[in-house]
Amino acid sequence: MSELFYNAVPNATRVAPPLAEPREYPHEKPQKVYLFGTCVVDLFYPEAGMDAIHLLEREGICVDYPQGQSCCGQPAYTSGYTDQARQVARAQLALFAGDYPVVVPSGSCAGMLREHYADLFKDEPDTLKQVQALAARTYELAEFLLFVCKVQLNDSGAPVKVALHTSCSARREMNTHLHGRELLAQLRNVERVDHSHESECCGFGGTFSVRMPDISGAMVADKTRALQDSGAHQVLSADCGCLMNINGALEKQQAALRGQHLASFLWQRTGGER
Amino acid sequence: MSAKQNILGKLRHSLTGTTPVPDNFDEALVTQIYTYPPEQRIAQLRKLMEAVHTEIHLTRGAEWPALLAQLLQKRELPSLLIAPTTEHGRRITEHWSNHPQLPQLKAYDRPVEEWKAELFNDTPASLTTTLGAIAATGSLILWPTREEPRLMSLVPPVHFALLKASEIYDNFYQVQQQFAWAQGMPTNALLVSGPSKTADIEQVLAYGAHGPKDLVVLILEDQ
Amino acid sequence: MNAALIPTVEVSEDFRTRAHQALGDAQLRNNFRNAMDSLMSKRAASFSDAHEREHLRALGNAVRARALSKLPDLLEQLEANLTRNGVTVHWAETVEEANAIVLSIIRRREATQVIKGKSMVSEEMEMNHVLAAQGIECLESDMGEFIVQLDHEKPSHIIMPAIHKNASQVASLFHEKLGVEYTKDVDQLIQIGRRVLREKFFEADIGVSGVNFAVAETGTLLLVENEGNGRMSTTVPPVHIAVTGIEKVVENLRDVVPLLSLLTRSALGQPITTYVNMISGPRKADELDGPEEVHLVLLDNGRSQAFADSELRQTLNCIRCGACMNHCPVYTRIGGHTYGEVYPGPIGKIITPHMVGLAKVPDHPSASSLCGACGEVCPVKIPIPALLRRLREENVKAPDSPHPVMRGQGSKYSRQERFIWNAWAKLHSSPTLYRLFTFAATRLRALVPNNVGPWTQNHSAPKPAARSLHDLAREHLAKQGAR
Repeated sequence: MSELFYNAVPNATRVAPPLAEPREYPHEKPQKVYLFGTCVVDLFYPEAGMDAIHLLEREGICVDYPQGQSCCGQPAYTSGYTDQARQVARAQLALFAGDYPVVVPSGSCAGMLREHYADLFKDEPDTLKQVQALAARTYELAEFLLFVCKVQLNDSGAPVKVALHTSCSARREMNTHLHGRELLAQLRNVERVDHSHESECCGFGGTFSVRMPDISGAMVADKTRALQDSGAHQVLSADCGCLMNINGALEKQQAALRGQHLASFLWQRTGGER
Repeated sequence: MSAKQNILGKLRHSLTGTTPVPDNFDEALVTQIYTYPPEQRIAQLRKLMEAVHTEIHLTRGAEWPALLAQLLQKRELPSLLIAPTTEHGRRITEHWSNHPQLPQLKAYDRPVEEWKAELFNDTPASLTTTLGAIAATGSLILWPTREEPRLMSLVPPVHFALLKASEIYDNFYQVQQQFAWAQGMPTNALLVSGPSKTADIEQVLAYGAHGPKDLVVLILEDQ
Repeated sequence: MNAALIPTVEVSEDFRTRAHQALGDAQLRNNFRNAMDSLMSKRAASFSDAHEREHLRALGNAVRARALSKLPDLLEQLEANLTRNGVTVHWAETVEEANAIVLSIIRRREATQVIKGKSMVSEEMEMNHVLAAQGIECLESDMGEFIVQLDHEKPSHIIMPAIHKNASQVASLFHEKLGVEYTKDVDQLIQIGRRVLREKFFEADIGVSGVNFAVAETGTLLLVENEGNGRMSTTVPPVHIAVTGIEKVVENLRDVVPLLSLLTRSALGQPITTYVNMISGPRKADELDGPEEVHLVLLDNGRSQAFADSELRQTLNCIRCGACMNHCPVYTRIGGHTYGEVYPGPIGKIITPHMVGLAKVPDHPSASSLCGACGEVCPVKIPIPALLRRLREENVKAPDSPHPVMRGQGSKYSRQERFIWNAWAKLHSSPTLYRLFTFAATRLRALVPNNVGPWTQNHSAPKPAARSLHDLAREHLAKQGAR
C-alpha cells in the first residue's frame, strides 16, 4: 500500500501550528509589569495568580495588580454579545494604561487582548490605537518568563511525570504552545509525557460547555482519558478555563489525577513557598 | 428580470466602492520547489506514479513495440485498441505484421455510438500517446484527439501510455506557460496520475474503481 | 429502483437530539475517529514543509480573494468564453430554478436515466429526490455516494460521503440491496460497484457533475477525482450538465495551479488526484466521442447574501476540501448527519445559514468550542472561528434590528438572555459591583449546589476559592510595599 494512504495510528500533536510572524521581545527585563489575573483565576485558581506574581517578583520585577480589573470580556464576545464585551473591555483598558507589559496567566485571555480587542474597537480610531498598543505589550505568562525574563529554573522536586495540556488559544492565537514545554525542559526531575490527540481541544470553549454539554462532555471525556492513559502523575496547563473543565471532569469521574496551573507547578518545583 | 440579471445585480451592488484585489501571483511558490535537474525528472515522475500503482517501463524508440507485445502477452490480453493512423500506431502495426501470433489490434475509428457495446464489453486494453508528463505531481498530460478520443484512455481496463523522456516537464505551471494553454484549450484536457482508485470504503485504498485498473507507462528514454 | 431512491429515513429535527444520539453510537464514533485520524495524518505528511504550506495558503487565499473581488465580471467572462466554446450557460437564483433548468433539458432530450458524478451542489438541489419524483432515475456513481444512496442516506462528509460506514456495514448493504454474496473485502466490494455502475454509465442519457474550478479566462470547467466516475459521467452520456455555485470561478488558468495543490493535499494528502479533467466544450464535428451538449448551471442559493458582507464573503473562498471537518473535534464526534444539512462540519456551519436561513440551523454557530483547528488548516485561510462568532452575534440580535445581513437572523434572540449579559457586563465593568460579587462568591462558596445545570452533567460543581486573587494580591502587594 502506498505511503500516501497508510493507516495512521493516533498519536500526539498532528496539527502543526501556523507560522506566526516571530514576535520581537524586549532585550531587557522591565522593572514593572501589570498582572491581568483573569476572572477564572480570580475566583477559582487564585493561587495560580499568586504563584505568577511570585515567579515574576523572583525575577526582580515589581508586579502591579490593578484592583479594578475583572474580566477580558471573552465570554460575552464569543457568545455574540459584542456590545457587552466591549463595555467590559473598555473598563479594563483604563486600568492598564501605563507603558509597561501586561502579563496574563492564561492563553485565551491573553489572546483576547492581543487578537480580538482590535475587532471590538475597530470603529473607534482613538481607542483602537490604545488597544493596539496594549496588544503589543501583552504577554502570556510562559512566554514572558521564557523570552523576556529568560528564566533559568532550578528544579528541587522529586522525579515526576507530567502531561501538558495547551489551550487552543495559546496554540493557535498566541503561538505559545511550545513555551510550556521549554520551561518544563529546564526542570531536570520532570519528565513530560505526550498524550493522544494532544493538540485537540479539551471541550471547554467557554459557554460552549454549558450550551452543548453533550458534545463538550464527549470532548472532555476523551481528553481526560488520554491524559490518564499517558501515565502522567499530574496534568499541567497554562489556562485555567481548560483546567476548570479538565479538573471538574476528573473529579466527577472520581479519578485521582488532577491538573495544576503551570505557574504553581514551576513555583513549587523551584523552592518557592506560599 | 432574469436570474442572471438579479444575481449580477446583487453582486455588483455588494462591490460598490471597492477596488479589485491586485493580481500578485507569485509563480515561484508553484515552481521553485518543483524544479528538477533534467536527469532527475524520470526518477521523480516514477517515484510518484509508482506510489499509486502505476507500472513504469524504461525503453527506447526502437524497442518499445516489442516490449508492448511482451507486456500484452504476459497479461494474456486478447486485443489492443490503438490509433493506426498515428506514427506510433503505424509502428505497432508494423511490428505486429512481422509477428503474426500477437493479440488482435483494434482501431477507434468511428463514433462511439457505433461500437459502444464493444468498447465497454470487449476492449480489454488500449494504447495512447501523451503530450508529456509532469514530474512534480507524477501526471501524464493527455489531450484527446480524433485519433485517440476521450474514452480511449478511460474505458478499457488496461491503459498503456507512451511518454517521451524529453517531454517530462517540471510542473503544471511550467506546462501551462510553455505551451500557452490559456491561449486555447481543447474540448478536453486531462492529467492522469495513475490507475483509477478509491478510498471511499473505510479509507482502504482500492484500485480499478471506474477507470483503468492498470496504467502502464512506457518511457522512451532516447526520445 | 426509482421509488427506492427516495430518501425515507426519518431524522429527528433537533440538532442537540441528533448529537446526543450520535455521541452514544460507539460504532459511529469509532468510524469517524479512525477516518479523521487517518485523513489528518495524510494531510500533515503532504505538507511536511511548514513554510511552503503557509506561503501556498497565502497564495490560495489571494487567488480566491481576487476572484471574489471581481466576481460579477468573471462570471460574465466565463459565460462568454463557455458560450464561444459551445457550452450553454444557465443561471439560477434558487434550487427550484436550478432543478427546473435540469428538468427542462431532461424533458427536451426525453431522457429517463441520469448518472451523476460527485456534486455537492446537486445535493443542495436534492436533485436525486426531485428527479425521482418525476420518474427519472438519478444514480450516484461516486462509490461513496453510491453507497449512501443505496442505503437511503445522505453524505456524511463532502469528500468521503460514506465515511460513517465501515466495510462490514457496506458488505451487508451490498448483500441486501444488490443481491451479491456477502464479502467485506474492500477490493471485491469496489469491483461490485464498478460492475453495477459501468452498466449505468453505458445506458445513461444524461451525465451530471459538479465543478471544482471554473476558469473565466479560457471557459474551462475543471473537475478533480480519483475514481474515473467524473470522467465517465461527463464523457459517455450524450448530454453533460455541470452544476456549480457562482463562487467557483477563478480568473486565470494559472490560478488553478496553487488551488489544485492545496485542494488535493488538504483533502486527501495526495499531491494530485488521479484525474484532473478539464472540459472546455462539447464534442466537435470531427471528434468521435464526448457529449453532444454541455450545460453549466450557475447557482446562487444564498451565496450572494454571504457575498454582500465583506467579512462573511470570505465564506465563499471555500474550495470544498473538507480539511476543516477532518480536523474538527466536534465533527469527529458527532459525524456529518447530525448537522442535518448538506454541508456538515465547520464549513457547513458558516455556509448553510446563507442557504437555508439562520433560523433553520439556530444551533449550528454555537456547536463549536472555537478551538480554531478549522481556521488553522483551511487552505484558503477562511477565518472560520471568527465567522462562527459573527454568526452568533447575528443569531442573538433582535430580529427587527436595522440593516439585516442575513435571512433568519435573530433566531436565538432572547430578552432574558440579553438581560443576563447586560447584567454581566454591568458587573464586570464596575469595580465596586465586581468586588461585591467576588466577596459574596468566596464567602458563600459552601452554598454552591451540587447540581448547577448543564455544567454538572460532566463536571463536579465548581467551588469558588476561599479568597479571591484580588484579596490575596492586595494583601501581598501591600506587604511588599511596606517592606
